[in-house]
Amino acid sequence: MARNTKSVSRDIMKRAIWDSFVKMNPVILARNPVMFVVEIGFVITLLLTFAPNLFGGHYPSTQRIYNLIVTIILLLTVLFGNFAEAVAEGRGKAQAESLRKTKTDLVANRRMDNGGYEEVPASTLHKGDIVRVEALEMIPADGEVLEGLGSVDESAITGESAPVIRGAGGDFSSVTGGTKLLSDELIIRITVDPGESFLDKMISLVEGASRQKTPNELALSVLLAGLTLIFLIVVVTLEPLAHYVHHTIDIATLIALLVCLIPTTIGALLSAIGIAGMDRVIRFNVIAKSGKAVEAAGDVNTLILDKTGTITIGNRLASEFLPAGDHTEKDLIESAVISSLFDETPEGRSVVDLGKEKGVSFARERYTDAQNVEFSADTRMSGLDLGDGTVVRKGAVDAIKKHVSELGGTIPKDLDEKTEYVAKAGGTPLAVIKDREILGVIYLKDIVKPGMRERFEELRKMGIKTVMCTGDNPLTAATIAKEAGVDDYIAEAKPEDKMRLIRTEQDQGKLVAMSGDGTNDAPALAQADVGLAMNTGTTAAKEAGNMIDLDSDPTKLIEVVSIGKQLLITRGAITTFSIANDVAKYFAIIPAIFMVTIPALKVLNVMHLTSPHSAILSALIFNAIIIPLLIPLAMRGVKYRPMSATNMLVRNLLIYGMGGVIAPFVGIKIIDLLLTIFGVANI
Amino acid sequence: MTFAGSIGILAVIALILLIGIPLGGYLYRVFSGQKGKFDGMFRPIEGFLYRVVGVDPSVQMDWKAYLRALMLVNFMMMILAYLLFRLQHVLPLNPDGIKAMPWDLAFNTAASFITNTNWQNYAGEQSLSYLSQMTAITYLQFTSGATGFVAAIAFLRSVTVNRSESIGNFWVDFIKIHTRVLIPLAVVFALVLVGLGVPETLLGAQTVHTLQGGTQIISRGPVASLEAIKQLGTNGGGYFNANSAHPFEDPSAWTTVLEMIAMGIISCGLVWTFGKFIGNRKQAVVLYVFLTAVLVIGAFVIYASETAGNPILQHTLGIHGPNMEGKEVRFGPAMSSAFAAITTAFTTGAVNSMHDSFMPMGGFIPLLFMMFNLVFGGKGVGLLNILMFLMITVFLSGLMVGRTPEIFGKKIEAREIKLATIAMLVHPFIILVPTAIALVTKAGTSSILNPGLHGLSEVLYAYTSGAANNGSAFAGLNGNTVFYNISLGLVMLLGRYVSLIAMFAIAGSLSKKAIIPPSAGTLRTDTFAFGGVFVAVFVIVGALTFFPALAIGPIGEQLQMWAGIVH
Repeated sequence: MARNTKSVSRDIMKRAIWDSFVKMNPVILARNPVMFVVEIGFVITLLLTFAPNLFGGHYPSTQRIYNLIVTIILLLTVLFGNFAEAVAEGRGKAQAESLRKTKTDLVANRRMDNGGYEEVPASTLHKGDIVRVEALEMIPADGEVLEGLGSVDESAITGESAPVIRGAGGDFSSVTGGTKLLSDELIIRITVDPGESFLDKMISLVEGASRQKTPNELALSVLLAGLTLIFLIVVVTLEPLAHYVHHTIDIATLIALLVCLIPTTIGALLSAIGIAGMDRVIRFNVIAKSGKAVEAAGDVNTLILDKTGTITIGNRLASEFLPAGDHTEKDLIESAVISSLFDETPEGRSVVDLGKEKGVSFARERYTDAQNVEFSADTRMSGLDLGDGTVVRKGAVDAIKKHVSELGGTIPKDLDEKTEYVAKAGGTPLAVIKDREILGVIYLKDIVKPGMRERFEELRKMGIKTVMCTGDNPLTAATIAKEAGVDDYIAEAKPEDKMRLIRTEQDQGKLVAMSGDGTNDAPALAQADVGLAMNTGTTAAKEAGNMIDLDSDPTKLIEVVSIGKQLLITRGAITTFSIANDVAKYFAIIPAIFMVTIPALKVLNVMHLTSPHSAILSALIFNAIIIPLLIPLAMRGVKYRPMSATNMLVRNLLIYGMGGVIAPFVGIKIIDLLLTIFGVANI
Repeated sequence: MTFAGSIGILAVIALILLIGIPLGGYLYRVFSGQKGKFDGMFRPIEGFLYRVVGVDPSVQMDWKAYLRALMLVNFMMMILAYLLFRLQHVLPLNPDGIKAMPWDLAFNTAASFITNTNWQNYAGEQSLSYLSQMTAITYLQFTSGATGFVAAIAFLRSVTVNRSESIGNFWVDFIKIHTRVLIPLAVVFALVLVGLGVPETLLGAQTVHTLQGGTQIISRGPVASLEAIKQLGTNGGGYFNANSAHPFEDPSAWTTVLEMIAMGIISCGLVWTFGKFIGNRKQAVVLYVFLTAVLVIGAFVIYASETAGNPILQHTLGIHGPNMEGKEVRFGPAMSSAFAAITTAFTTGAVNSMHDSFMPMGGFIPLLFMMFNLVFGGKGVGLLNILMFLMITVFLSGLMVGRTPEIFGKKIEAREIKLATIAMLVHPFIILVPTAIALVTKAGTSSILNPGLHGLSEVLYAYTSGAANNGSAFAGLNGNTVFYNISLGLVMLLGRYVSLIAMFAIAGSLSKKAIIPPSAGTLRTDTFAFGGVFVAVFVIVGALTFFPALAIGPIGEQLQMWAGIVH
């Protein structure tokens, strides 16, 4: 969805510039106390530009020019802040527009009471309506498939061009409005009312319309407002203090000092950081229903992952043939391969492949007269009935044993031993029979996805515990857990077990994240602090989770955690930078203000700035231009690497804390030099 | 600076740590409800007191109930003290026939002693009867210190309980701190002081005939008992106007060393108590290292500045040597510097030399310590300020490691930050705003003794001392006017109770939160890296807030002096 708008286009820029002015509206700006103070300062200096003696005093006419320059810089400061926010929003707005285009002009064939169908605009569909969708038609609204099976192109939502299968019943019955049915015909029951659809939610989400401040953002805003108030007190009381030592400070300079001291850098970029963070999640093809969920992801202590499809590649593959009794390996391989010859499951294919590796292969053509017997939950076996009457089967060991006993065959003594060996190693044993003879066991192995071990290692470094959930027996579970490197596992897990685990962890004050797709995952998804539902999952699961992964890749939880952390780090880093900047600004402005009355204070002018006015203006200009300079960082986010919290603190403090102290000394000096060169230092 | 002087300063600070840390362990045992050796002795006394007051010691209070009880007791005591000062002329134990205090001074004094500030706009020996000295003054020196102390204990409980509302029982804590800590320590210390020559008598002032044939009235009274709790309770309100510079309060170098130790031990020990409460000794060690470093640096800046002497005198008059103006010869520059640093770091406010007469940089450090208000700080409230800044630091650095900040396993969210910001905001507000008002009004400026930057420092110092509930005076400022009595009284009350209430509210919200077990992703607060950040945050926030005022106060003055400018 978002892939075509990755870069900030010219259109977005143009619109952002326009929006920067619209956002000057004090009603809008008042929500950001720091920038609102700057705007008030701007208004006052603007008045002083026209009437320098408005608040008393007898200023020379040159004061007007100075006031004007201060006014312009203050205006730019506010505009830069607005621009940052507008750019961050711009990307979302562009996405929302393309999504809206998808939404308009959708029509639906609604079933009438008499059983016939009528054509109505999709926007009039309500919960419970039944619609029919034919091949190459758009699905008009979110719903559940009642009848039929078809492939659906969901690229409008997910950006993934490969079609997905949707059909009645089971976990793949939910369809999304705005996607396209490619084949067959579906009868769908609509599950949402107008304006509540997934597409609607997504539009308002990417647009940032429903954006609410996240808990940490709120706390930071409070702190910033507090700091602003402190500096307001500092500056307001400075005039009387200065007056006592027979010094008057002009109002434009006081405002300049105030604006330099209050945390304008973070104040200007705070909302842009939040919007950009959400945008990063969206570009990752994850829909977070709230910013709170993303933030919570950064705090997660425990991650619950399903084994199948998440940690392992989902399919078990044959990795060994273990003959039993006095049968040779060759006998076993031959029968195993024949039994799997027409078996299209990945397990079956892997048996054939492994046989080929071992030098045994048969052409399907030779067995055209054979009868393929598919796996059924009843028999728990599959195989071939050959033309000559030979019966070849492979299946669950206990099922095979029962089958053979019934036929009056004997069970090799070492069968249990081999079976146990496989189970202990974490595999699944499949017994192979030819008529009533048990030939041996196929070792099916669960394959851990490549790279998972490293990811879990990273998570451990972040302080996150991973728990694997599996329906396997404890023996198998333990082996896979060890191989994958997860911290803990629950074997023979039922949905209630997941729920119980989440509750116990939460009772200890921990935050839990999990992913899921089935309807029976829904309660656990709702209970978890971060519940990532798969887009392929059921409507119930999608509604219960607070994030939806459009790519349906459960391992994305790990990335979401990183994005959540990155969001906080970026805020913290720019706040630290912003506050650290004040040190240099003081050294520029305080001596400049008092140099006339208390010449001894010139010692504090460590940057050797040309004149009091150039010192104040340089600090103010630095304060303004640092905002656009940091926009890329705010949008991109501070780099996050898994490491211990203390190391990360030290690292980020060195960069943003020390950097924040040093950078303005350099920056202000350079600006002062430029002002001096252009001859505006002594206005 | 001399080697002996430097060693002396370091030795005093080392002794405070050596005595304070074991004392902190004892405080933990007392307030965590552990069995102690002296239970058999204290239990019956406390049981009797609970019955008299009508308190059920097993009742657990939430933060609101605890705070209500605390505020009620404080309010009643303040009213009582005010009435005593106003009616002392008709009450007994007034051998010297001292008159009633004027209303504004009585308000200021009552506010001053109830808040543990002990700013004195009166001269004790002339304005207070023995009854006033012994009840209002000495008594409040116990209870005001106790109030701050129990507030800190209640806060510590809030971070150690898991999803609970109870933070202890005010009455139990309030009685225990007296019976098990303050009274025993004060009795022992008073006896030691008596042994070292401090008077303790109920006889009136003595009229003596001097060798020159004149007569002199020598004030005396129950000095040692007041002196003991004055230091132990980080109070600082002296018996005499000259405070610990007076030979009856602090007769020798030995007593001055003991007094410094007495000032420090409880606040210093409380940091250890804190470590024990949260079950993390290293946390306490880290705080000790950094706070002690700040204290030592401050003490040596004063010492260096005072021994360097006055550059103007050296240039123009050729007078060399340390600045001895306002210092007692029996203490010398080293012990005067140490005393000034310790009395402002621990916000006691006792003085054994006149800070007004210090070199500007020497006067700058006491001012700065009071602006920080957490270099160990006053009894209990110092620790609360430390915790408040720890929360701000944890918040900023917690964000930087990518997690919702936690302090001791408790999440810090908007509510806590809001309250901590209020607590942080009030300090600069009640220092800078009244200073500004005083400097632009006739009522304010007419009390200033010295013109120019030094005069500004005098006013700034007064309000800083009031806001930090320190009570040390820069002198030079005539504080006994209606304007200063009222404004300083209000500043002291706001300085004490606004942040106290805010911290209680934080305690209430923290106590209800679950304790999150630490993991590798948790920002540890017991590392030296974090300790460094903590210092950087309070120094930078403190410096940023007060830098302009300091620049045209002591910093500007010192620079002028070096430049040879005389005002």
